[in-house]
Amino acid sequence: MSWDIAMILTVDGLGAASIYLLAGLGLVLVFSVTRVIFVPFGDIAVFGALTLAYLETGRIPPTIALVATLAALTVLVEIVRLIRQGTHAAIPRTVLNWGLLPLLPCLPAMLLAGGDLPTYLTVLLALALVVPITPLMARLVFHPIADASVLVLLIAALVMHFLLSGLGLLFFGPEGFRTQPFLRGAIEVLPGITASYQILLMIGASLVLAALFFVAFERTMIGKALRATALNRVGAQLVGIRPAATATVTFCLASLLAGFVGILIAPATTMYYDSGLAIGLKAFVGAIIGGLSSYPLTALGSLAVGLLESFASFWNGAMKDVIVFSLLIPALLVRSHFSTHAEDDAEEEV
Amino acid sequence: MTALLEIKDLHVGYGQVEAVLGVSLELEKGQIVSVIGPNGAGKTTLLSACIGLLPSRGTILFDGEPIGGLGVEARVARGLCLVPESRELFGEMSVSDNLLLGAYSKRPTRSELLARRDHVYERFPRLAERRRQRADTLSGGERQMLALGRALMSKPRVLMLDEPSLGLAPLIVEEILRIVHDLRQDGVSVLLVEQNALAALNVSDYGYVLETGEVALHGPSAELISEERIFASYLGGV
Ligand SMILES: Nc1ncnc2c1ncn2[C@@H]1O[C@H](COP(=O)(O)OP(=O)(O)OP(=O)(O)O)[C@@H](O)[C@H]1O
Ligand SMILES: [Mg+2]
Repeated sequence: MSWDIAMILTVDGLGAASIYLLAGLGLVLVFSVTRVIFVPFGDIAVFGALTLAYLETGRIPPTIALVATLAALTVLVEIVRLIRQGTHAAIPRTVLNWGLLPLLPCLPAMLLAGGDLPTYLTVLLALALVVPITPLMARLVFHPIADASVLVLLIAALVMHFLLSGLGLLFFGPEGFRTQPFLRGAIEVLPGITASYQILLMIGASLVLAALFFVAFERTMIGKALRATALNRVGAQLVGIRPAATATVTFCLASLLAGFVGILIAPATTMYYDSGLAIGLKAFVGAIIGGLSSYPLTALGSLAVGLLESFASFWNGAMKDVIVFSLLIPALLVRSHFSTHAEDDAEEEV
Repeated sequence: MTALLEIKDLHVGYGQVEAVLGVSLELEKGQIVSVIGPNGAGKTTLLSACIGLLPSRGTILFDGEPIGGLGVEARVARGLCLVPESRELFGEMSVSDNLLLGAYSKRPTRSELLARRDHVYERFPRLAERRRQRADTLSGGERQMLALGRALMSKPRVLMLDEPSLGLAPLIVEEILRIVHDLRQDGVSVLLVEQNALAALNVSDYGYVLETGEVALHGPSAELISEERIFASYLGGV
């Protein structure tokens, strides 16, 4: 392999790594706060990409109907639960929080969609439409079994993935979409090596978002509360942190990250309703390298996955995914060698 | 005068086995009440049920209102606070962050939050010296101070302490109990569970002796201390 090709593959790999970085952060966040291995992350990202594609081509995104359906379902389930508990007084708040709040982004989307929108507006709308999906789904699927074992939660997450890709087919149809790149042209990063502005945008946006994510986690009270919940659930409850509320915040953040992933990947790859699983699983490899708990190690893991994928597709395109997923084996071996103690903690929680 | 915290005929069990069998107890405003008894008497179970970590049958009134149906966070928001036997600190976070989170339920303004933290630092200068240190690297005594400090950050109306002297040197025990005693001046009522019966009765106004899940004896602390016969038979003497 020549130097040029290696550089081109590296640039490509960094682009992919930036996607896995955001997805990996989302997975670690969700797992550490709620113990859910969030398989459907990629499906939500696909919704983001497809929503953007619809908005860009001047069509009303079916995401609106999807969010409305989920909100209606959630409100129904919540009301039934409240009535059975005998706490009728809480019904208006539930309707507001689970029925009306998630619909908030739908209104501007309905008013604006269909026209010729500037790019920033389509991106904002797509993000806003995707954010309610995960918390609503999670309220339906995970909330009733929040105290179940990690395995049960994982199975629920798998079911949710199939549900979401089914909904994807129902609402978006089987055809693939690819959006316009946000930036055109390329720049010579090194003599003879060019990188498209689009890929630099991907990398830059991902780094900025990851940095914001860290700052929010370290500096804000909500970030501290999320970390506290991840570290010690009982301790968090004792200082008045509501696990259900932190779970909802977590799923909103995960949804937002997934939305960004979808929007960044949409111009680079043709997205179908079922493209999500592969994204989620590769990000999962990165997150496993971080032990599903360390953000910095997850970032490194995502970098490894992105680069490996890029080089593997050059060596042997057909075996690309096999090579990436076999990274799991050394990753798990190394982890079990160095951190038996972290694993024990996880066991105890189960 | 109605009690601030009133427990009536409380039953708490782990599955089929009941660990607390019909305990009734009262705590008045500004009072320190101690609950003493041998290992396995159900003291920790009782406190866990009061804060809502364990489900229970019976009545728990806080400020005259039943709180038995509320979740832990809702009880904490009303001013009930537990420092559990296991402390439950946020190990990987700094001393300062642990304290800041202590006030989470009250969502004070930034300046109020920092003022409360400084107040805790004044009370526990040792924590102030270690404000950046991770909680899981603190010594046992420092951890206990942090647990107590974190609880004080929420300005609780009722503070429940489960064995605050557990594993501490006599000098620090005295210091901790002195602080408990001082809390009364801040209008905090304290429910104190202690293995160290004499020390607990010395700082409290009223005492309950718990034995195999039932109140075997209760009365003003001074009387419990002086009734040597009872003291010896229930607590194995001192
Ligand atoms: N998780 C549990 N499952 C089953 N039984 C339990 C559990 N926790 C406590 N028990 C039992 O309940 C009884 C009361 O325990 P508890 O911890 O309340 O005692 P305690 O008075 O706090 O004792 P100590 O002074 O040793 O702390 C004990 O017999 C104990 O074995
Ligand atoms: Mg105990």
